[in-house]
Amino acid sequence: MTENSKEVELQSSAINSEHEYDGGLRVANLDAVKDPGLEPHRVRMTDKSVKHEKAAVRQVSLLFAVSMIGSAFALWAYFTFPLSENLSTVRLNTLYLGVGMTLGLMGIGIGAVHWAKTLMPDNEVSEERHLTRGSDEKRAAAIEILNAANQESGFTRRKLIRRTLYGSLALFPLPGIILLADLGPNPGDSLRHTFWKKGTRLAKDPTGIEIKASDITIGSVFQIIPSGLNPENKEYLEEKAKAAVLLVRVDPSELNETEERKGWSYQGIVAYSKICTHVGCPVALYEQQTHHLLCPCHQSTFDLVNGCKVIFGPAARPLPQLPITVDSEGYLIAQSDFLEPVGPSFWDRSVKS
Amino acid sequence: MSIVKEAPKKNGFLAGTANYVDERVGAAGILKEFGRKIFPDHWSFMLGEVAMYSFFVLLLSGTFLTFFYDPSMAMVRYDGVYAPLKDSLMSKAYETSLNITFEVRGGLLMRQVHHWSALLFVAAAGLHMLRVFFTGAFRKPRELNWVVGFVLFILSMAAGFTGYSLPDDLLSGNGLRIIDGMIKGVPFIGTNISSLLFGGEFPGHVVIGRLYALHIMLIPALILVFLAVHLFMLIIHKHTHYSGPGKSDTNIVGYPLMPVYVAKAGGFFFIVFGVIMVISTFFTINPIWNYGGYDPSPVSAGTQPDWYIGWLDGALRLAPTGLEFMIGDYTVSMNILLPLVISLVFLGLVAIYPFIENWVTGDKREHHALDRPRNAPTRTAIGATGVTFYAVLWAGASTDLIATHFKMNLNQVLLAMQISLILLPIAAFYITKRVCLALQRKDKEIAIHGRESGRIVRLPHGEYIEVHEPLDPYDLYKLVDYKDYKPTLARPNAQGKITVGARVRASLSKFYFQDRITPATQAEIAEATHHNAELEAQVQKAIESGK
Amino acid sequence: MKRLRSKINGMRRSPRALGIVMFAGLLVVGTGYTAVSASVSPNREVVRTQEQIDLGKKIFLANCASCHGKNAEGSVNAPSLIGVGEASVDFQVSTGRMPGAASGPQLEVKPVQFTLEETAAMAAYIGSLADGPSIPDAAYLQANGNASSGGELFRINCAMCHNAAGAGGALTQGKYAPQLMGSSAKTIYEAMITGPQNMPVFNDANITPEQKNDIITYLTYLQNNSSVGGEELGSLGPVSEGLMAWLGLLGLLVIIAVWLAAKSN
Repeated sequence: MTENSKEVELQSSAINSEHEYDGGLRVANLDAVKDPGLEPHRVRMTDKSVKHEKAAVRQVSLLFAVSMIGSAFALWAYFTFPLSENLSTVRLNTLYLGVGMTLGLMGIGIGAVHWAKTLMPDNEVSEERHLTRGSDEKRAAAIEILNAANQESGFTRRKLIRRTLYGSLALFPLPGIILLADLGPNPGDSLRHTFWKKGTRLAKDPTGIEIKASDITIGSVFQIIPSGLNPENKEYLEEKAKAAVLLVRVDPSELNETEERKGWSYQGIVAYSKICTHVGCPVALYEQQTHHLLCPCHQSTFDLVNGCKVIFGPAARPLPQLPITVDSEGYLIAQSDFLEPVGPSFWDRSVKS
Repeated sequence: MSIVKEAPKKNGFLAGTANYVDERVGAAGILKEFGRKIFPDHWSFMLGEVAMYSFFVLLLSGTFLTFFYDPSMAMVRYDGVYAPLKDSLMSKAYETSLNITFEVRGGLLMRQVHHWSALLFVAAAGLHMLRVFFTGAFRKPRELNWVVGFVLFILSMAAGFTGYSLPDDLLSGNGLRIIDGMIKGVPFIGTNISSLLFGGEFPGHVVIGRLYALHIMLIPALILVFLAVHLFMLIIHKHTHYSGPGKSDTNIVGYPLMPVYVAKAGGFFFIVFGVIMVISTFFTINPIWNYGGYDPSPVSAGTQPDWYIGWLDGALRLAPTGLEFMIGDYTVSMNILLPLVISLVFLGLVAIYPFIENWVTGDKREHHALDRPRNAPTRTAIGATGVTFYAVLWAGASTDLIATHFKMNLNQVLLAMQISLILLPIAAFYITKRVCLALQRKDKEIAIHGRESGRIVRLPHGEYIEVHEPLDPYDLYKLVDYKDYKPTLARPNAQGKITVGARVRASLSKFYFQDRITPATQAEIAEATHHNAELEAQVQKAIESGK
Repeated sequence: MKRLRSKINGMRRSPRALGIVMFAGLLVVGTGYTAVSASVSPNREVVRTQEQIDLGKKIFLANCASCHGKNAEGSVNAPSLIGVGEASVDFQVSTGRMPGAASGPQLEVKPVQFTLEETAAMAAYIGSLADGPSIPDAAYLQANGNASSGGELFRINCAMCHNAAGAGGALTQGKYAPQLMGSSAKTIYEAMITGPQNMPVFNDANITPEQKNDIITYLTYLQNNSSVGGEELGSLGPVSEGLMAWLGLLGLLVIIAVWLAAKSN
């Protein structure tokens, strides 16, 4: 207690009316209420009565016994509920294994805590704390060691060694970092091109069946991929991730097209990239009456009949439009690739390469 | 442990083993040092333990899953037992996840155990952080341990996110795509980083394998290291305890490690595991078979990340339209950068808060007795502000579900969230601070005048009073045992100059401690007791004369 | 067309060429439009008796004409029903969406107001006015198709609004895509061919009747098979799971921790 009270004294002696002391802005309360010390210990029933003590012993053992039964049950269930083609076996397997293991675990857990609470001593014990910092002697010894190490190695004295060491330590991780450069290729202009080319027919996702303009009735929405893009392609998912298109037919009188895009639609059929210009979720929620396209991820809303410009949500740019027309057989085809990069914005997307 | 003490006797198997161990690793010394260490007991001290134990459950269940999972993105045709996916094109990663679910006994159970404990891990760590914040447990000497804990929290989110992507289903694939979109929005280097991460264009053939390597090696290893540091510092500092009678900054009150704490904490591991197990038995989590393999074209309504990433997703949703702009030919995606920057600033403030408060108070002493939240009104209000800000962002990630389930307009819900994000934290600050001060005032009132007894008495001159009973010394001490701080003025330094730092510190100290309720002093209590005694005497006299 | 392409390529810009293109475009649109309307053919031979039509007209005049007009020609309050087809009537009336209640963002499912005969009669009447999608053939409502193909089609064409597990989802301005776990095969089929309210139409060229049956097969599978993992929490995904983790898991553990740290009696 002596060392401890010394610490307290040390702390309170530092208190003065100015603020430049250990306690900072703390105000010394010289007339504080005195600490009455720990509250008196309340004796438990299990300490007072043998009956209760014995009951607690029984309860704890019972809980451990429940655990044993649970674990045994889980073992039994493992063999009794094998999995088959019938999926209800998965449910049964999960259920019975889970129940058994739960009992096995909870029995031990609750038993141990109950044991501690009822049968182990519940007197609170008070122990002194010491300041985290080492005592002055310890610090002096530590500094001694550091000085000796410095002396013996000449770390401060030998400037050249020290500086070249810093230099080498600064450089050595660089090769390790540069090794990571081969994680992926330079993106190049891959983000600016998609599978669409002049004359690529529009096909249904996922079947790849090509479609004719006459297939598309007003109010329809078709999920489109370029014809010829199929799982056999090497970069199937990468291409699909850029080329997915939404095809909608609206009453041509409802379509407000800018002058330069007049020829991009065909009889009210318009094709827009499905990849959100915000962070790239597929924007596929088409409302037939309002002609709004909603992104389910962050709720950006695009107005399909007004060039898919953003009318709500965090996206900034309209969805890119795919210029389409029909070929001699009546199939819908792309007039060209998209004229701008699809998907989320990136730093140099508008730079002409 | 008594066995170890008797070890030299060398009789019996246990004694023999104990002797063997002691002679080789010095177990007796370790046990002597730590065996009777005191641990304070309070339910809120168990939250960190919940986090740690769910991490152990994660290690166990995760190891089981790795035996059956293959992180390959090679395409296969599904040939398993789940009929609605028969012959579907999918990655090997998704196929093996389905096989774990449907064709490995206990596989689905372990998958659910793993995912539920992941959600619990981050939630418990978060709640533990809140406990530490609101009780001031981060103060000297524990500032660095707060930072270590903060790193653990970030690592737990990283572990969760990398794991979320591994099944390679439609939900997680779209989550990855959002990450890709965000990375691309980073100025100048965005597309390059995306290409490095995905090994080319999204989704590529490698990202699942890479996330897997991070998920099962690097991140858990880092968590273990930081966890070890966290616990090491806990041992160095010893645990905090709540202030109160007999508990101060210079002592620690609780139960000895052996046997009580070992039984309680050890038992609690089994309880945490058991609760995870029972939830995993009865509640589906992440029904991957509903989502199908990843395909970049479809998306499901209600595409959300796991809860701990929700606040970042919410930040993305709440960004107003039209933030993106151009500098010359270059696109600056502020609609992505602004939420990103706000989130990072928020996290940064959380990480450095202990140092801010320490600088303001200038209190260089060690603190081991915890504050009741009301006794640090400004800190508690700051915490409430942060919690509210986080909660609005979090709720922002479920705007669509809020709209459908409360029959509201999606657009209006989003607008309301945007307004709330600014207004609610401010309101939370003022309300919390006022509530804390009111509670403190009430405490002081009770400390000085005693508890209301419910006895109403009429005095001879006609006045009605309620008789107050004095508190017992323990209850009284609980109400008055807190530290009082006073704002400072900007003072000139040694050169006689008032620095900007001093001015900032002075105004911050005013912000923190301008409204303060000083703890009741002995003199105040004595005066009130005296007054009470006088009243009591009057009452007695009145009663007697009435007879 | 060549001129059009060259314009896109930015090679030449001539107002006269544009005029010609626009004129040609209008001409094509006009003819194409009629062709398109005609290409919507009824799914099967329709059998409706004159008796039914008369009864249907009577019910229509009494219950629907105030909004949809005496001859179903529509009004400012309600669309024309000429050409919407029997499937549309059957979908709207048999789910209780029609007659509509006070105006909201969209028609709600309510208790059904008419008997099967009355609904059939109204459908027959509307169907007699002009051709439109007719009641689907029972052959495509058997849920005996390929659930796997149906699942894939569902994810590509439907899940974005209705959720991958058919739990429904939000649309703009208070509208929503309903959940499908209680919908009958017929309702699902009719919704696809008629495109009620803001739902787009999925005609037979887009999703063939067999594929529609596949989708129905998949949804029926989901309706009949609850999750093997246990209680589904509304199939709402990570949000309900997160709430469960906080309130269920962590909540339960906090309660246990309170018990653990409380002093024994």
